[in-house]
Amino acid sequence: MDAALKNFKKFTPKSLPKVENLAQGHRACQGCGEVLALRMALKAMGKNMIVASATGCMEIITSPYPQTAWEVPWIHVAFENAAAVASGIEAGRKALMRKGRIPKQRTTIVAMAGDGGTADIGLQALSGALERGHDFVYICLDNEAYMNTGVQRSSSTPYGAMTTTSPPGKLSMGQNTWKKNMPAIAAAHAIPYLATASPAYYTDLMNKAKKAALIKGPAYLHVYSPCPTGWRLAPELAVDISRLAVQTNVFPLYEVVDGQYILTKKIKKRKPVEDYLKLQGRFRHLDKKMIQEIQERIDRDYEALVQKAALSEVKGESAETEE
Amino acid sequence: MPKRVGIEVSLAASEAACAADTDVVAAYPITPQTHIVEHLSELVADGKLDAEFVPVESEHSAMSVCVGSSAAGARTFTATSSQGLALMHEILFIAPALRTPIVMVVANRALSGPISIWNDHSDIMAERDVGWIQTFAENGQEVFDLIIHAFRVAEDPEVLLPIMVNLDGFTLSHVIEPIEMLSASEVKRYLKPYKPQMVLDPKKPVTMGPVGMPEVYTEAKRQIEALLQGSKKVVVKAWKEFAKHYGRTYKPIETYRMKGAEVVLLTMGSVSETAMTAVDRMWDKGMRVGLLRFRLWRPFPLQEFRRAMRGVKVLAVMDRAISYGGLGGPVFTEVRSALYGTFEQPQVFGFVAGLGGRDITVDMFEEMVKKAIRYAKRGKGPTYEMIGVRER
Amino acid sequence: MAKVDAIIGWRNLEIGCAITEPGSSRKLRTGDWRSQRPVTDRKKCIKCGMCWIFCPDIVYSPLRSGFYKWDGEYCKGCGICAHECPKDAITMVTEGD
Repeated sequence: MDAALKNFKKFTPKSLPKVENLAQGHRACQGCGEVLALRMALKAMGKNMIVASATGCMEIITSPYPQTAWEVPWIHVAFENAAAVASGIEAGRKALMRKGRIPKQRTTIVAMAGDGGTADIGLQALSGALERGHDFVYICLDNEAYMNTGVQRSSSTPYGAMTTTSPPGKLSMGQNTWKKNMPAIAAAHAIPYLATASPAYYTDLMNKAKKAALIKGPAYLHVYSPCPTGWRLAPELAVDISRLAVQTNVFPLYEVVDGQYILTKKIKKRKPVEDYLKLQGRFRHLDKKMIQEIQERIDRDYEALVQKAALSEVKGESAETEE
Repeated sequence: MPKRVGIEVSLAASEAACAADTDVVAAYPITPQTHIVEHLSELVADGKLDAEFVPVESEHSAMSVCVGSSAAGARTFTATSSQGLALMHEILFIAPALRTPIVMVVANRALSGPISIWNDHSDIMAERDVGWIQTFAENGQEVFDLIIHAFRVAEDPEVLLPIMVNLDGFTLSHVIEPIEMLSASEVKRYLKPYKPQMVLDPKKPVTMGPVGMPEVYTEAKRQIEALLQGSKKVVVKAWKEFAKHYGRTYKPIETYRMKGAEVVLLTMGSVSETAMTAVDRMWDKGMRVGLLRFRLWRPFPLQEFRRAMRGVKVLAVMDRAISYGGLGGPVFTEVRSALYGTFEQPQVFGFVAGLGGRDITVDMFEEMVKKAIRYAKRGKGPTYEMIGVRER
Repeated sequence: MAKVDAIIGWRNLEIGCAITEPGSSRKLRTGDWRSQRPVTDRKKCIKCGMCWIFCPDIVYSPLRSGFYKWDGEYCKGCGICAHECPKDAITMVTEGD
């Protein structure tokens, strides 16, 4: 385990970081859970960072010329290459520090993208960067569809969800594939640190982001990012839905540290998935049979995750239990 | 004085990037560029070049890594070819837009399909309009020198644009030539350390690559166009300085036996050496034929070209790429356009030859010139034609 | 929304069209988007900071008194703060009423 994790100093609700790396005036929709998740992750990582952003909602809402919402150095190049651009920044700084042309100081290099920019078009660049072992943090802000272009399905869209390219119809019940397990793909690269996080559990999210930044080598954060606009959800429910996603086991919270799975939020008695689905217009067309199918799949997946965590030697000393 | 050594041109290209003290190399292997990246990784492995070698998983990522490292303030080099260059296409536009002075060697090769690893100019001609400075080398010495020159021009604060140095795949990249190799200390006199003007640094946060709304997009494009057009004087000045330091002189346009020539043959890249033999033979036969080749292709050296063409009656242009459904090869259409409206506008005829590794012989050059003369006398000819193609 | 224009000539653009003033989005007053505003009843407020931490638009800031100040210049009126407040101290009020 990385030394940074052994002596890790946690944020507590009383010691949350005051720093803001995003400024007011960004153009996110009302109740945007993605910019909220991003804000929290950035707060946890401090000022000493450089961000490489993929094309997507966060790029477009923070940077229309001539205003920027960024308080830290930020670069956008294209959609599918945030991990590669971050690799280049890291490699460039490494060479310049070694050659004595910039001060020797570790800076957190962050690559960020949505689920499309991560699990679909950016998967290859991400895999390359994780495999090469660059010292960087990759943040996938998962809002489960291509929201920036108008809510088209991605491989991260959940089963049954209505999007503009997975519409329910006479022959369709919406998205007909199951959500790609992107964290498992990242974990297969045997990187030193990986975590899932939800903005409803803000201290957990910020601690994970801080760990990801401290650890040397590649770290991957998969962050649940509710999109009221695309999910047809009341904007005030963005945090509520993030909580429900965890309480129903739709989006379990865990870490993978050196290959060991650790559940960071144990759910004793999960809530029925219907509680989660019924708040969102994107699932309104689902019938009882499909909801049952989704429930079974969620239970099976969660059990598999619990098994993985049970097999791990490291126990989650930080895990909190929620009834 | 540096001594001449016999070396494969690909390796000389790597040695040039090494002598320039490159900080980051990000590259993906592709025939016929592979020897360049292999040798660079050796130079790094042996500690001869203090650089980060990033063995990326694709050319798309190679160019993306280069943009990232250059934006971080590092001197950055890469090399590619053909399909690899095509895969970079998207990012090629963004590198100049972000003002990242990357130097890239392109070992020119045909594009699929059918798949062909052999030489022509299909790859680079598809990337004419991406906003990079583009030079073409004729021989190994020129490859080495143009790479050193490229860093100096790219990093000039008045330019800050990326540069592609083109060399013909196999026919130049894989031959062994006697080359005067400059050492790192010799290069240092000519090439100062890179001083980035806009850099990703937590001490001075900047936002690079913001969204260009319609109110600013046109101005952003205009800026790059002005810089690229304006880079010609820096390119020429850097060649003059190069001559002062190392004694070798380069110009945007190279000509051969143009004095008194009525017909001119126009080529690009390393075939010019065969073309020179053809020109000599034609003079021997009493034909007044000159040869012209572009060393600088972007920005297009318009004044130099028009000046060189004064008094010429017929121009035969050889393209090594096809422009499907168009008006002829890319070089042909461009030079014809460059001459339109000039006082003594010559008649211009286009020929496409040497695709996908097909040999271009002395006889073929002679055929092109003779055809151009015949069409000119007749006052008309085909818009363009392919040479050395079997019709049945 | 306040209009902040980008109407400058190409010669005046920064290198690579970069933006060199960090956080300049503050010039965009996104409060114009709002149809409802949150009002905090400080008698009920327990200074827990949920409104601050859960705000996507960064419109709450801590005061020395422990309360949180709301910034109407940027609040888009999403209502998360009112929904998440554990003491129901925040109510959403229609603008113009």
